[in-house]
Amino acid sequence: MFDITRRGLLKGTAGTAASLVAAGLAASPKAFADDDEIVVASIFDQSGGLDIYGTPMTQTCELAVEEINAAGGLLGKKIRLIKYDPQSNMELYAQYAQEAALKERVDLVHGAITSASREVIRPILRRFQTLLWYSVIYEGGVCDINNFVSGVTAVQWVKPMADYGFKTHGKRCYYIGADYNAPQIIGKWTEVFAKEQSSEVITKDFFPLDVAEFGPAIAKIQEAKPDWLSTCLVGAAHTGFYRQWYAAGMLNEIPIVSVTFGVGNEHVQLSAEEGNGIVSAQPYFQELQLPANVEFVKRYQERFGDDAQYLNSVGIGGYLGTMLWSLGVKAAGSHEREDVIAALRSGDIAWDGPAGHMVVDPVTNHVIQDMHMAECQNQTWNIFESYSQMYPSDVIDRCDLTKDPDMNAHLEPII
Amino acid sequence: MDTAALLIIEVLNGIASLALACAGLAIIFGMMRVINFAHGEFMMLGAYTTVVCTKTLGINIWVSMLIISPIVVGIIGVIVERTFIRFFYGRMIDTLIATWGLSLLLIGIVTAIFGNIIEGVSAPMGSFEVGVYNVAQYRMVLIGIVILLFIGVFLVLTRTKLGLIARGTMQNPAQASVLGISTQRVYMVTFAVGAGLTGLAGGLLAPISQVIPTAGAAYVAQTFITVITGGTGAVTGTLVASGVFGTVRQLLSYEFTPVLGGVGLLIVAVVMLRLLPQGITGKIFRRSL
Repeated sequence: MFDITRRGLLKGTAGTAASLVAAGLAASPKAFADDDEIVVASIFDQSGGLDIYGTPMTQTCELAVEEINAAGGLLGKKIRLIKYDPQSNMELYAQYAQEAALKERVDLVHGAITSASREVIRPILRRFQTLLWYSVIYEGGVCDINNFVSGVTAVQWVKPMADYGFKTHGKRCYYIGADYNAPQIIGKWTEVFAKEQSSEVITKDFFPLDVAEFGPAIAKIQEAKPDWLSTCLVGAAHTGFYRQWYAAGMLNEIPIVSVTFGVGNEHVQLSAEEGNGIVSAQPYFQELQLPANVEFVKRYQERFGDDAQYLNSVGIGGYLGTMLWSLGVKAAGSHEREDVIAALRSGDIAWDGPAGHMVVDPVTNHVIQDMHMAECQNQTWNIFESYSQMYPSDVIDRCDLTKDPDMNAHLEPII
Repeated sequence: MDTAALLIIEVLNGIASLALACAGLAIIFGMMRVINFAHGEFMMLGAYTTVVCTKTLGINIWVSMLIISPIVVGIIGVIVERTFIRFFYGRMIDTLIATWGLSLLLIGIVTAIFGNIIEGVSAPMGSFEVGVYNVAQYRMVLIGIVILLFIGVFLVLTRTKLGLIARGTMQNPAQASVLGISTQRVYMVTFAVGAGLTGLAGGLLAPISQVIPTAGAAYVAQTFITVITGGTGAVTGTLVASGVFGTVRQLLSYEFTPVLGGVGLLIVAVVMLRLLPQGITGKIFRRSL
């Protein structure tokens, strides 16, 4: 039996309360140890299954910091970048987010790749009042004043793909994707966009990330005879799909329009004939002929030499996010979190970078930006259609941070 | 009608790839009782050999897959057996841990050399039509190769002196050594042949899967389950078990999702091992190999 007395209980709870207060004090107001520098933490997977995405993101983030420092820093202070490698492991995401917020007292955490990992660190950083920047193309729906997102959302990214597919190829779409939250939510959005075009998604199939054998899936797709195939496959194993699709002689039989083809540099890993004709919708392609981009790609390749990779819409995120945040700091004249958030949300933060014109939107904390459709030809991208200044209106009916700054949610489409 | 034909091809294909992936393990684990947890990594090495030979060295893909991959992985098998495995014969749990370590080491080495990126080769040959559907010719060839492979293994084990010595040594090493057979050498050669077959599987499966350092992990569980369910007659058992599991997995994957295909395979395996704890060849086909 436990012997619980009133006195003992009071002592115990008082002790716990005191330590909680102490922990709270340690966490909330920022006591800058070294006020000569601004500290940024990057948390991108540089090893493990997701390193194909995390390594270039870390590189471009590093390049942004170096360029800002070379131009005299921010507010006369140098940026110090702390690079964490969560090794494609969710526990490490949580650990490093806490370390960045509590031990290093960073001004910004720029990180997370999958939506799953973002949802691990987002609540932690909100609790410890540390700004989070997320810069990966994703399904949309994050509504959190502490989290800015420069990746495109479903309406910006998936809608052009769906509209193009339904208008060009026909009303019956077959959707395949990886089996986790982002591709499933993107599948739902595809259905929403299908309805707008009075079309339909006839089947949605999801494959765990380690599935590499697509024989039955290809047979099933052939039998369903869709007008076109929408793919949201993710990761190394799923590249096998395109190879097997080609081997089955299906490449030009049923056209593929994808939102993820190319973001793992699939178009370079597959041979030219296996990828020719696949269409992908992305906010950025290395081939974009903007002067700012041509210059940027050159600087990136010079800086990283043999380690430089083919830059895609995921890889460049590290650069775009860091640069947009730095504009917020400059506009605020301060690197205090509240000031930077206010400046970023002023509606005045606009920038012409490698991915074209970008504007930070105060209603959603997302970024208004351009989109492009491109066709894979001989392992490069031919951009054939562009959409100017897409607005991230996905969940705007339920998320308005100007009216309700305390919102804290990851919203899904209502079907 | 076309759909049925397409489905039959898919099922045969599923059986063939499973049997192919299991062939080397049937010898190393089924016959020699060596738990080789690096089996998937041996396949991965075979796949990398094919990729390097065709892409970097420009060697014909058939030569790479059918000749170079098995030889390279066979040689790696000899090295591993001499330096490592032979000290663990008869100690199953120790072998398990040691070969698990080996698998991590091989993944590490390959990652260090090639990087953690996807490699791959295109499947040779085009496709053909089954009614209104398209099927890759390579998949049909694969089925043929697997049939020939198993006939070959069966003939070597039953009709040649080498096979007789190998089987005798596995059944009763003490007696075999009394008869003047160097059991150490027999073990080494058998392990090398098993490794070579695994390398061949890796090479042949490279065009229809992706090649990354961690590719082996996907094969370990299913191949062990298949060989264990096969039972003591390693070759026949593996073939029959592949037939059952391949059919279940492909049909469920086709009708539902690959997840259910995997689940179905495991359920059938559990039920079969409950009914036939000695494996399929412990009850039926008892005199088989």
